[in-house]
Amino acid sequence: MSTFALDQIHQQLPEALVERYVDRAGDAWGVIKPEQIPHVAKLLKERLGFRMFISMDAVDRLHLPAEEQDPRFEVLYFLRSVERNELARLKVRVNEGDEVHSIRGVYQGANWGERFVWDFYGVSFKGHGDLRRLLMYEEFKGHALRKDYPLRGRQGLMPERPLKDLFRGPGTNGVAD
Amino acid sequence: MASDTDIAPILTTRRDEATGFLQKVISKGLGWARKYSLFTYPFATACCGMEYMSVAASRYDISRFGAEFPRFSPRQADLLMVVGTINLKQAPILKRVYEQMTEPKWVVSFGVCASSGGFYDNYAVLQGIDRIIPVDVYIPGCPPRPEQVLDGLMMLQDKIASEHHGLGNKAKLPERPGYRDIVLSK
Repeated sequence: MSTFALDQIHQQLPEALVERYVDRAGDAWGVIKPEQIPHVAKLLKERLGFRMFISMDAVDRLHLPAEEQDPRFEVLYFLRSVERNELARLKVRVNEGDEVHSIRGVYQGANWGERFVWDFYGVSFKGHGDLRRLLMYEEFKGHALRKDYPLRGRQGLMPERPLKDLFRGPGTNGVAD
Repeated sequence: MASDTDIAPILTTRRDEATGFLQKVISKGLGWARKYSLFTYPFATACCGMEYMSVAASRYDISRFGAEFPRFSPRQADLLMVVGTINLKQAPILKRVYEQMTEPKWVVSFGVCASSGGFYDNYAVLQGIDRIIPVDVYIPGCPPRPEQVLDGLMMLQDKIASEHHGLGNKAKLPERPGYRDIVLSK
């Protein structure tokens, strides 16, 4: 298991790295400070060749033992280098209400990833610029994948959109009434 | 003064005994014609769509029952088959497709997800399409076997045959709530 990416972050941006560890599956993870993640992403993409943004996700640790609940959320980043055949696994730990700095300026693919995390976990990203819900509709209240969201927390039907956007059809975020 | 049969809605049943002999013959003839010429609009959203293809393909061959021709425009269809999970974002689309179909029209709910939400008992899925549109036949199964679908189709045919079909019927259409009213009432 190559740890080239984490080694380079450790050498070149030591102030950004909070800790690094190896998980149960044997994969190396680096924990980054919330305000440093754009610099780390820039280093990885422009100098180390991790040009492919794979995915983003988050974890709500509300039901874990008390010492692991603070901070509550982990935002995960997966970045791949095709040349080195290496997947860099990074994470940022934040509490509710804290902001992570957006990496949309570095990886354009993170646009939808950050909107997804905002939609389902309510972690907001500073500097994203267009932070709307990705999958749920705008009238939906709350964030559905949080551990304190009720399991059957169904909300009212979404209002019908006016049929002005002929190509995307009704039910899209078209023009308001 | 309008008699009882003149203001009867099109889709009500058990009116036959009150109508005249000629009307009865016409109704039976129309019913026979309609039940063997169902034009299906397959609203296929999920894995049940594979099963619909199996029913439509040669081995099970839904065209033996006259429901041969899938029409991909609701204006040309009279049977809406809702095949698969309907989530809350799709609900207004389904309602609009149903409203675009011309009378007389029937709805088959294909599989448990369309009928009751199935195991998607969560924040995003509509718990049964009968919350927004009327349903004639529910076909259970996850997904249903093709034989079950054919059984459901034959039940729908029996239902159509026993309905009252008028010739040049000028009666008012049945009142159905619009999508906007359903949203407001929740």
